[in-house]
Amino acid sequence: MIKHLFTAAITAIVALGLVSTAYAGNERFMKVMKRGKVVVGVKADYKPWGFRDTSGKIVGMEADMAQDVADTLGVKLELVAVQSSNRMQFLQQGKIDLMIATMSDRTDRRKVVGIVEPNYYTSGTNVLAKKSAGLAKWTQLKGKPVCGKQGAFYNKQVSKKYGAKIVAFVGNAEAKQALKDGRCVAWVYDDSSIMADLASGDYNDYEMPLMTEDDNPWGLAVPREELDNIWGRFMSGMIYHWHTSGRLIELEKKWGIQATAYVTMMKAKLEIDRKHLK
Amino acid sequence: MEAFYEWFRWLYDDTGINLVIFYEQYERERFVDGFLNTLYLSVICVFFSVVIGVVGAWLQGSKLQITRNIVQGYIQFFRNTPPLVQLLFFYFALGTGLERWGLMPVYDAGGWNEPMIGNFGWAVISLSFFAGAFNVEIFRAGIEAVPTATKEAAESLGYTRLKSYIYIVLPLAFRVSLPALNNNLVNLVKTTTLAYVIAVPEMMYTVNQIWSDNVNVPEMMTVLFFVYVALVGVLVVAMGRWERHMKIPGYGQ
Repeated sequence: MIKHLFTAAITAIVALGLVSTAYAGNERFMKVMKRGKVVVGVKADYKPWGFRDTSGKIVGMEADMAQDVADTLGVKLELVAVQSSNRMQFLQQGKIDLMIATMSDRTDRRKVVGIVEPNYYTSGTNVLAKKSAGLAKWTQLKGKPVCGKQGAFYNKQVSKKYGAKIVAFVGNAEAKQALKDGRCVAWVYDDSSIMADLASGDYNDYEMPLMTEDDNPWGLAVPREELDNIWGRFMSGMIYHWHTSGRLIELEKKWGIQATAYVTMMKAKLEIDRKHLK
Repeated sequence: MEAFYEWFRWLYDDTGINLVIFYEQYERERFVDGFLNTLYLSVICVFFSVVIGVVGAWLQGSKLQITRNIVQGYIQFFRNTPPLVQLLFFYFALGTGLERWGLMPVYDAGGWNEPMIGNFGWAVISLSFFAGAFNVEIFRAGIEAVPTATKEAAESLGYTRLKSYIYIVLPLAFRVSLPALNNNLVNLVKTTTLAYVIAVPEMMYTVNQIWSDNVNVPEMMTVLFFVYVALVGVLVVAMGRWERHMKIPGYGQ
């Protein structure tokens, strides 16, 4: 009798424990569903991933992705502008439920927020060069002056590996001005930022001609406790769907972002073989 | 030689003191290039600024009002603006402006332009004029220290204004103004570090790149500090010896 009671008690405690951890692990997700609204943190100053249009509304590729999430959940969407310095903190504090903010996926960041796999985008090193310069390969930069920003980690590599003469300025404004003045043949920087400049319309005579190097994939994030529960798994599914359905390629076209090999590669990689259904 | 360099690699592995400019060939070459560029920049700027000082001081005594005004305007412009602002102005504003109005010969190197005056040239011009403005005033102090009696004696002996300036006034004025000139030239050598804002690959710029790549800021800062102390020290010693060599009784002794 006592043995039965004991077993029952243990089972009850374990069950309660499971329920409570499961509940804690789904807290944010449950709150979103109950509230009927998901709050997503996106960038508001990084065209064309997240920026403000003339009416002040936040639009962009990541804003569209957030809308997809809200539509799939069947809830309303609220966008909150975040910056590199506070995006993870907002997520931890509960100010946002989901973060899609051009964040590079890094080990130290994975300790703070729940970065969902697979990665949805990537950025690396590339150059902004005049179309008239006719650059097509990195090796063509040998011996030529290339403007850059002082302290950037890729300056050494471009100079050592490809023999380019790096002319580094204190800020991006000076470097871009030097490029416009014709003091160098190209400006080496992060390719997503270069694409943003090209999309802005001020650089119509310029292009990003080379193959991006040193890709570092981006990650969107949910609260860390929920990474292995419904919220994390659901977002995993969303990313998977975005890749295989070609939605990301579609969004790239819509926002005038130069098509990246990463998105095409991920689509091919994650596509299911449907032979057996014929 | 290799053993000498490898000792620094051992130092890094053992104590964590990263003096990468010794054991990595690429960094070593970069650092030496930076040092040589600082040396060239310093020597050329010192020379030109002294020349500008001498010429400017002579023009200040000119009979024509317009010449005196031009020299005064030049001094005001270069003394009242910070050297950093002058460098940026010359390279980005004036340099680009001259190219755009076709006043600067440009060589099209296929993809980029090599103007006749590049960033090193503008750094030399800007820093020489900056230190030159101070030198004009320093030499003026020296010139005014020459007794009027001596100047009148020279005039009565038939020296033209230029000849008396070269043979009588300037040698005496020089000895009086040498300490202040010494001061200014030391300042000039230290001011050459500002050329990093227009991407002149001198030592400050190079060391900045090295510590960004290798994350060894304290070590590189110490090295930079000591190199500048040594460089300025050489200048001060040289000037001191010159001063002693030129000593004559009664003037600046």
